[in-house]
Amino acid sequence: MSESPARIGFGMASPGRNAAGKGAAEEPAEEKKTLPPDARISLAEERAETGIDEVFNSLDAELVGLAPVKNRIREIAALLLVDRARSRFGLSTSRPNLHMSFTGSPGTGKTTVAMRMADMLHRLGYLRRGHLVSVTRDDLVGQYVGHTAPKTKEVLKRAMGGVLFIDEAYYLYRADNERDYGQESIEILLQVMENHREDLVVILAGYKDRMDSFFVSNPGMSSRIAHHIDFPDYTLDELEGIGKLMMQAEGYSFTPKAAKTFREYLDRRKGQPRFANARSVRNAIERARLRHASRMMTTDEAVGRDELTTLKPEDFLGSRVFAESTDETTTG
Amino acid sequence: MADNEGNGSKQGTKKKKADRWSAGVIPYAEMGYWLPDYEPKDSDVLCAFRITPQPGVPPEEAGAAVAGESSTATWTVVWTDRLTAHETYQAKCYKVDPVPNTEGQYIAYIAYNIDLFEEGSIANLTSSIIGNVFGFKALKALRLEDMRIPLHYVKTFQGPAHGIIMEREYLDKFGRPLLGATTKPKLGLSARNYGRVVYEALRGGLDFTKDDENINSQPFMRWRDRYLYSMEGVNKAIAATGEVKGHYLNVTAGTMEDMYERATFAKEVGTVIIMIDLTIGYTAIQSMAKFARANSLILHLHRAGHGTYTRQKNHGVNFRVIAKWMRLAGVDHIHAGTVVGKLEGDPNATAGYYDTCREMKQPINPVKGIFFDQDWGSMPGMMPVASGGIHAGQMGDLLHYLGEDVVLQFGGGTIGHPMGIAAGAEANRVALEAMIKARNEGRDYRKEAQDILKAAAKKCAALDTALATWGDISFNYESTDMPDVVETPTSV
Amino acid sequence: MRITQGTFSFLPDLTDAEITAQIQYALDNKWPCSVEFTDDPHPRNVYWDMWGLPMFDLADAAGVLAEVNACRKAKPEHYIRLNAYNANYGKQTVALSFIVQRPSDEPGFRLDRQDAHDRTIHYTLHPYAADAPPGRRYNGQQ
Repeated sequence: MSESPARIGFGMASPGRNAAGKGAAEEPAEEKKTLPPDARISLAEERAETGIDEVFNSLDAELVGLAPVKNRIREIAALLLVDRARSRFGLSTSRPNLHMSFTGSPGTGKTTVAMRMADMLHRLGYLRRGHLVSVTRDDLVGQYVGHTAPKTKEVLKRAMGGVLFIDEAYYLYRADNERDYGQESIEILLQVMENHREDLVVILAGYKDRMDSFFVSNPGMSSRIAHHIDFPDYTLDELEGIGKLMMQAEGYSFTPKAAKTFREYLDRRKGQPRFANARSVRNAIERARLRHASRMMTTDEAVGRDELTTLKPEDFLGSRVFAESTDETTTG
Repeated sequence: MADNEGNGSKQGTKKKKADRWSAGVIPYAEMGYWLPDYEPKDSDVLCAFRITPQPGVPPEEAGAAVAGESSTATWTVVWTDRLTAHETYQAKCYKVDPVPNTEGQYIAYIAYNIDLFEEGSIANLTSSIIGNVFGFKALKALRLEDMRIPLHYVKTFQGPAHGIIMEREYLDKFGRPLLGATTKPKLGLSARNYGRVVYEALRGGLDFTKDDENINSQPFMRWRDRYLYSMEGVNKAIAATGEVKGHYLNVTAGTMEDMYERATFAKEVGTVIIMIDLTIGYTAIQSMAKFARANSLILHLHRAGHGTYTRQKNHGVNFRVIAKWMRLAGVDHIHAGTVVGKLEGDPNATAGYYDTCREMKQPINPVKGIFFDQDWGSMPGMMPVASGGIHAGQMGDLLHYLGEDVVLQFGGGTIGHPMGIAAGAEANRVALEAMIKARNEGRDYRKEAQDILKAAAKKCAALDTALATWGDISFNYESTDMPDVVETPTSV
Repeated sequence: MRITQGTFSFLPDLTDAEITAQIQYALDNKWPCSVEFTDDPHPRNVYWDMWGLPMFDLADAAGVLAEVNACRKAKPEHYIRLNAYNANYGKQTVALSFIVQRPSDEPGFRLDRQDAHDRTIHYTLHPYAADAPPGRRYNGQQ
């Protein structure tokens, strides 16, 4: 960790000290000196040293699809690796701005990616701890005068060393009420995003359209976001893949017929209101498990491993999604 | 017991009831003191004795004899037993294990019903358990290795007058061991000169100075004069540093009346801590613990004399048992060994003593010589004191072995400093703080101890001189007493 | 005169980097930290003023150091200390406490002796700073 240019100037060192805990600090003596202009360094080795490939692997394993998002993350990683290398030659000194916005519908993997992002930035030496603090407006904004600043500051202190993930960040700003306390929180956030770049990374998340208008109304926030990453809705194939992964993890499988029913379910559900991508898939499977369990309890015959792990079409067909009136919304 | 057949023990429990009460002498095992299938109750007092039976005496019979002699039995059958619920009051030897690698020695486990002991009385507990039995002819030697005091009985004792937490809050000292020094020479200083040592050592950076165990009230310095001059030194040092400091005023005397008089005067002149010697006896210790709690005085105990019965491996009482009794009796400080200093102390056994002083729960740990699970409930811990032949150069090892809740006493290591007593005190304090700082920073402080100390010495001439004077003096003698269970290091 | 309360008073004043390392040690032990200040250094002055509440659930020292610096800015001539609390059963007290700022001049203490009966003396410790009302001590700074 000690080669991170980002931490020069944070200077947590005392002579002879090594890291308290994980990557807490480095000593000045160990900080790498500027390389001579004719030196060569291997980026592949640097990359292997940081172990960021593990992050990519777990992203691939945990998240189906999302190809554009994964590409953006690889680009950012490459940029930061090169930036580290450049700083070794004394070519760049200031820490890059790393605040981000993640836009997309619910259930498209924003929180999961934010966690992996925190891990990746930690491995690359741009974050000291790499934890994620996930908040919404209620965690930041108070209800009366003088309440907001301490609340926001407390959250910021908890997030130091990691990523502060603000879900549905646009709720911080209420255009119709200029005395809304959210504005106070935004101002503190802006200050910290500017002055404590080396201490934390802020990720703002929410629906794309609403985030866009939030940035229009808050140009200061917009200008401090370095990376905008859009999370597309999942395709039907991807949703099916997600469902299969989840079932596997829980130790269930489909009959071939049930697989078809499940796909049919997803296709219908996708067109209905309040569809939340992966989260809706998760809910559908939870409900199917409930129906499966009730089915098991009503049978008098002895059940075996197969019966206990296999979902059948009726476990899905009981859903309201298959009811005739498709305008009826579901809670999933 | 030499006239026993030696096979009585196995048959003992099967012997017919009528025979049990025939007049005459029968083996203890047959009187019900050997009960191999007895399951100790949570409320039983349990003891582990190391027994060395005379030739020809089977270990079970020897264990039963110890159980008998330390509870209800006498050498012959008495009919009056039958007027009592004797099976309740009989101690039961329920297990005898041979000591590994030691011919002729066994560990006998004995359970005592809690009703055998008066509530809150170490005197009564010890009169039973180590009362008569240690002179018993059937045994060549006998040692009390450990005791499990049931929580029911623990709760009948006052426990430490203040305990470690309260002591730290009272002194406003956190996050590091405390530092002390015993005034030297032990004997002969006039009161005025004595107070000088107190002042210099405290001003220099120590938290405590200490009377030695045999400083009571002798012709060269009477107690009252010592208290007055010592407190002048203490108060002047407090003003010079802005820190709370204290001198353990030894109140040990020939009678309780004298001790109360001295302790009362010590309180009146404003000391935070007084001291007693183990030689005053268990009852006097418990009385002084009550006094100390009632009068906001921390109570320091010097274990004077314990070596006479704790040191021999096959006979006496292990120090861990004394430490348990003293925690119940209610002292706040107890000398518990240094590992690295001039006095006896195997590292593992010493770790067991320190656990006994400080932990809330002690699991069985053969390596540390702990034979039973011990639950202290919420009884506060005692601050162990490490004293004897230690110096600043050993700070890394001291912190490693003894931890943070301990008083490190550097007597010679303070007063013998070439630049003076205050410089000696400063050297110790700087060494300690540098080591704590390095440890907290995540350094391998034990391995890097000498580097850490040398770096600190660059900014502190007193420490530099201390390291040059004592360097790495150590006392590497084979320990005479260590747990038997495993191969263990005996010196550092 | 340098008051030597706290865990590290015999070492040169800790740098921010060194303070950060100690804070991180506390946080890694799950000890919440707090910042306190005073202009009365009497050793029996237990309750220094709190610079906000103890900070719970922090992962990184930067947040605590920011409060130390905010307190220094607001109280440039006060004593400031950092405390870490161990809330575990059996401890439940301060685990680490050290001074992170001192006034530029520390006048120390006057020791008053009052003669009492039979050669006994009653001692009173008086911080010279306490001659001025709170807030106007140490170069008159707040």
